[in-house]
Amino acid sequence: MNSTNRPLSPHLQVYRLPLTGLISITHRMTGVMLSLGLILFLCMLYAIAGGAEAFSAMQAMTDSILLQTVLWGFMYALFFHLCHGVRHLIWDAGCSFDNETLNRYALIELFVSLVLTAATFAFFIL
Amino acid sequence: MVEFTLPKNSKLTRGKFFKAPDGATNVRRFEVYRWDPDSGENPRIDAYEVDIGSCGPMVLDAMIKIKNEIDSTLTFRRSCREGVCGSCAMNVNGKNTLVCTKAIDEYKGTIKVFPLPHMAVVKDLVPDMTHFYAQYASIKPWMETQTPPPADSERLQSREDRAKLDGLYECVLCACCSTGCPSYWWNSERYLGPAILLQAYRWLVDSRDEGTGERLDELEDPFKLYRCHTIMNCTDTCPKGLNPAKAIAETKKLLVQRKLG
Repeated sequence: MNSTNRPLSPHLQVYRLPLTGLISITHRMTGVMLSLGLILFLCMLYAIAGGAEAFSAMQAMTDSILLQTVLWGFMYALFFHLCHGVRHLIWDAGCSFDNETLNRYALIELFVSLVLTAATFAFFIL
Repeated sequence: MVEFTLPKNSKLTRGKFFKAPDGATNVRRFEVYRWDPDSGENPRIDAYEVDIGSCGPMVLDAMIKIKNEIDSTLTFRRSCREGVCGSCAMNVNGKNTLVCTKAIDEYKGTIKVFPLPHMAVVKDLVPDMTHFYAQYASIKPWMETQTPPPADSERLQSREDRAKLDGLYECVLCACCSTGCPSYWWNSERYLGPAILLQAYRWLVDSRDEGTGERLDELEDPFKLYRCHTIMNCTDTCPKGLNPAKAIAETKKLLVQRKLG
């Protein structure tokens, strides 16, 4: 029997990630996105430093619905990343590993990051 | 290494369909992963209609019924049929479990049965466990002592110390948790995975074991232990209701405590 041509059993193709697994990969993805988003912020800083003309051009651009969505998406990602970071700290202390609390904490994280984004919106925009 | 898609020789094809016998009233469809090492073909999904009315209550009962009455070529591991041997671990409807302790009634509609994820397949639902067992051997799963045993008694343990092994000794090494862990999928050559790390912790907290220092030295490694990213699939999937993620966190704590002296 040839053992070298053994197939690899399906993994991502069949596995149904539980909520905690989804939250975990989202944490990873928001981390990457937040890093990339910093480039956007750098561009903004450049525009501010580049004088009145560059600044107003940047302002006109960020007023567009597309960029507004990106900015607030960035905010939500930031707060979610923060919340799951705190969750990791709690885990590292050896707490709240039991099955019942796992999903509850995941929902709390999603909710709190939404509230924090709304609070930021209320504070700066309204 | 992270590879999201399956290699060419592992891609799935559609297989055979076995219709329910005439007169069957309570029919359940099972879709089962099949791979025959002698065929030279890719893995396929065979579909079986099973008459649940004349079948035992567990998913394993249905698998045995398929093998006995419909298709004798179906290959899978099973032994104790009561969740203590750990042989019949499979991925059922997207989650790893021991099919002998999982009732058919717990699922709705078609039941999809795959081998444990991201493993080399020997045949059908039988994965190659060689590497997993080698990793188990690497943590020295036996009691290490330096002091001589008491002259006329065994090495005794207080009730409190014995209680520390609860939730650890029950592990049957079915590998549901390790093969459900994305981190283990991508790094199984170097990451020990939740099952083996739970076993390692079982010896770390055993009051009679005197090899704690060396055990911690062995585990203090960016890959062996620290590829755990608290994804929690292990705890979610464990058919014995154990908590490998917690054992790993406690191991990380032991390492920090040792550093802080």
